[in-house]
Amino acid sequence: MVSENDVLHIAELADIGIATAELGKFTEQFNAILEYFDILDTLEANDALERPLVNVFREDETRPSLSQEEVLRNSHNPEDGYIRAPKVI
Amino acid sequence: MQDTYNAFLSTIEIPSEAKGLLAGIRIAVKDNISTKDIPTTCASKILTGYIPPYDAHAVELLKAAGATIAGKTNMDEFGMGTTTENSAFGPALNPRDTTRVTGGSSGGSAAAVAGCLVPMALGSDTGGSIRCPASYCGIVGLKPSYGRVSRYGLIAYANSFEQIGPMAANVTDTAKLFSIIAGHDRRDSTSVAKPYDFAGLHAEIKGKVIGVPKEYFGEGVDKDVAASVEKAIQKLEELGAVTREVSLPSMQYALAAYYVTCTCEASSNLDRFDGVRYGPEPEMNLPWHDAYTKVRAAGFGPEVRRRIFLGTFALTAGYYGKYYLKAQHAKQLIRRDFLRVLTDCDMLAGPTMPNVAPKLGEMTANPLQMYQTDILTVPINIAGIPAISVPCGTAHGLPVGLQLMGRMFGEEALLNAALAFEEEA
Repeated sequence: MVSENDVLHIAELADIGIATAELGKFTEQFNAILEYFDILDTLEANDALERPLVNVFREDETRPSLSQEEVLRNSHNPEDGYIRAPKVI
Repeated sequence: MQDTYNAFLSTIEIPSEAKGLLAGIRIAVKDNISTKDIPTTCASKILTGYIPPYDAHAVELLKAAGATIAGKTNMDEFGMGTTTENSAFGPALNPRDTTRVTGGSSGGSAAAVAGCLVPMALGSDTGGSIRCPASYCGIVGLKPSYGRVSRYGLIAYANSFEQIGPMAANVTDTAKLFSIIAGHDRRDSTSVAKPYDFAGLHAEIKGKVIGVPKEYFGEGVDKDVAASVEKAIQKLEELGAVTREVSLPSMQYALAAYYVTCTCEASSNLDRFDGVRYGPEPEMNLPWHDAYTKVRAAGFGPEVRRRIFLGTFALTAGYYGKYYLKAQHAKQLIRRDFLRVLTDCDMLAGPTMPNVAPKLGEMTANPLQMYQTDILTVPINIAGIPAISVPCGTAHGLPVGLQLMGRMFGEEALLNAALAFEEEA
């Protein structure tokens, strides 16, 4: 069981926020889903996980890309070719 | 274009002068597939105002084949849903009965085709998002083998499962659209060089061995839907197919394994939406956690937030082994089940959805109940194999989809079998 406090903690980790009004219902639905996931506990997981895939690499060569103008087009108030973000400190 | 089904989120048309297989054909594109100079929102407020500076690989190919991009279609926000009611711009309406949902998440694409607004559309399928609305709206939809269509420009939700695929009113148009988008693209490292040749399409079912998994007719499957699909399987036998019952015992883990994995991937993929490079502007003077939280709390709808929560939780230290790792083991068992039955059988057949299109609002109160209707589609995304939904009559007066599931990269056999069925149905 996950408590309302756990939900608040996860909300903080995910930078997602949760209003007090929706906390109770959200926690309840969350627990119902987690309870359903418990079926995975009945699984025998003795086999090693197969990794049949291989990495696909390419030469590190210069290729055409978007212009700086195009890259910045969707950002707010870019400055000197940089994207502005909220303050970190 | 009169859009009474709320199928489109944007109707900006981009014509192409190119001569090709799709010359002069109008094609709708799901709004999570990037289109240069046309707003692309994933039906989310968090991408308000975003205009992609480039085309997805599949869209480049459509333009090169002469297609007109007819606009961008409605969907569940970021592909998260089974009804298209999780759109920030209101639900799409099912053209067969406008009091009912289209299915999701590619509901706008299905409604645009079923409502005769376009002959073909692109959708994407992470856990059934092409096949479900195809089934509910009575059209054809193909989820390609993982890797056969480039995901370059598809806005990621759960990238280990999802594929862009074709939706159309009939099998021939579905195959035609698939032939344009399949093939290798170096910008998607999971892309495989397996083009599809439309000229090879022909009705063929005689002598094919079709497995009928008993789990596809188990608890939760509507009796009338099952009867309609059983009748379709009889029709395949009459056409010369040999059927046999098979079993996929690991399917009991499929939903949990799918939802654990897709939410984990979503929590990481959707981390990028904070308003800094695109979307609603964050408050620059707030500390960054507060600024991002404010943008994300207002920008994401309830289901998207729920899945980010679930994924973040499942990946938290202490829970990783209980959820994510176990899900990977379950996925391995499911893949082995499909590999085993598809060694003796050429393909499998069953219903696409366990029900017909629900009424609007019927499914929104209980998220777990909504997840459970994906039970017959998610195993295919876990196995990575192709599957097609073809209309096969009605139940309760609404369309039912027959799902044919094939061997890895076996789209040719699936489309040929689907065509043979369609010609006789």
